[in-house]
Amino acid sequence: MNSYLEAHARERLDAVLDPGSFREFLPPSLRIVSPHLGQLDAPVSFDDGVAIGAGKLFGEPILVAAQEGGFMGGAVGEVHGAKLTGLLQRALRERPYAVLLLLESGGVRLHEANAGLIAVSEVMRALLEVRAAGIPVIVLVGGSNGCFGGMGIVACCANAIVMSEEGRLAMSGPEVIETANGVEEFDARDRALVWRTTGGKHRYLLGDCQMLVADDSAAFRQAAFELMQECHAAAATISLTLEALEAEQQFLQDRVDDFGAAVDPLDIWQKIGLADAANLPMLEADAFVAATAQLRRRP
Amino acid sequence: MDWISLAAQLFPHGHTIVEQDNFLTGTAQVDGATVSVIGSCGHAPIGVEIALLQAQAVLAAVRNFPQRPIVILVDTQGQRLRHRDEMLGINSYMAHLGKCMALARSQGHKIVALVYDQALSGGFITSGMMADACFALPQATIRVMGLPAMARITKVPLERLTELAKSNPVFAPGPVNYLQMGGIDAIWDGDLALQLAEALRDASPQDQRSAAGLQRGGRSQAFPVAQAVLDHVNLHANLRDNAP
Repeated sequence: MNSYLEAHARERLDAVLDPGSFREFLPPSLRIVSPHLGQLDAPVSFDDGVAIGAGKLFGEPILVAAQEGGFMGGAVGEVHGAKLTGLLQRALRERPYAVLLLLESGGVRLHEANAGLIAVSEVMRALLEVRAAGIPVIVLVGGSNGCFGGMGIVACCANAIVMSEEGRLAMSGPEVIETANGVEEFDARDRALVWRTTGGKHRYLLGDCQMLVADDSAAFRQAAFELMQECHAAAATISLTLEALEAEQQFLQDRVDDFGAAVDPLDIWQKIGLADAANLPMLEADAFVAATAQLRRRP
Repeated sequence: MDWISLAAQLFPHGHTIVEQDNFLTGTAQVDGATVSVIGSCGHAPIGVEIALLQAQAVLAAVRNFPQRPIVILVDTQGQRLRHRDEMLGINSYMAHLGKCMALARSQGHKIVALVYDQALSGGFITSGMMADACFALPQATIRVMGLPAMARITKVPLERLTELAKSNPVFAPGPVNYLQMGGIDAIWDGDLALQLAEALRDASPQDQRSAAGLQRGGRSQAFPVAQAVLDHVNLHANLRDNAP
């Protein structure tokens, strides 16, 4: 088993894609770095924290990006965002089988705040244009920095998300909420609470991610391909439609109606009907999926 | 500016906008035509409920009034910073709102946004920044995050951040910096109704923000880097030509 969590961006690309198939665009040798970090005496990286390029998945040509959590938590600055946007725009021209995004990010890179915020919104719009062109976008979330902030929104714009139970997907990080509203609101040091709230299992149960896998690059690889195939099998659902978004509106409204009064994810799991909710965090991914597949919410 | 005086200036030919818990919805007359108006007020924190209300209003326009223009009025302190919203998956709600805006655009609705008071991060990304064009009033506040939270995340002392925020355009809040970076299209002053009518006439579904940021000298890299990925030829020349 090859841990996805512990791997770096390029190791993940090697493990998830067909061996030797990755061809990088704007590789580190070109030394394209953030124009802003130097002014703040912050370190730069020759890939600005994201590797992008073309590759193959089970023989199918795809475009792919992998954020490097080891560099500023995978945060999005001007160059980082432009690489992602450029990749998505390139997909419109090349029409690959799918676009695969290996996301690990704290969101907007606060060191280049305004440029990062605009960049994330450009990524979001570019992603939705790719879907509108009938090309599926699949997101993988399983890095130790999770997928937060603007990238947490970007992830939910994709056709499907694969998570590991160690992966986290949310908007504001627990530290941000604790700073704004106090430790009683969200104790960022309570790791169990953080995982219950933002972790892969909870997202899977609520229907925010489509597949939950073990922390294993081969499992992510397999799941990504299955979801791409599913998208192509129901090709009409790749782009946005009024009917699908009205259904999503109802789905999200039902969630607020059903679980809006819950104070802890455990309350939600019990309300869904999971008999032994307290023990769910202890289950391995496969056993968890088997125990919950019939009860979990899905759009 | 409060939304009532704003609406009076923007829509001198009348409107039906109502407020409900910081959520604004209604219609208005612009240039002899009816537009849908959706927005927030009172520096609303965007939680799951208000995101859903906004999304529902966009979907209603798409279903019932094909191609009717949509005007978004932005006043938000950002996403609601609560454990409950994270537990319910607020990012899904934000993304849903963004997707509804993208659908409206693809169905031929022109979308123009105006930041009339505050616009912060998550609340802004899925509202004003999803419009075809976004504008701001001169006194508007636009930024990513409050400085104390920023200090905690970046581990840069608050005093240093406060100092930087005064001078560094990438870092400093405010419409002028966002204009320079291409994040907004113009700062409105004077006859708001006239400028809105013009904006709705000129709105384009193409995202031209990185090109604008380059042209205005606020973002030197966004456009050439994306272009280099797209073309993947003449990379060095392309980036060099566009260097600041």
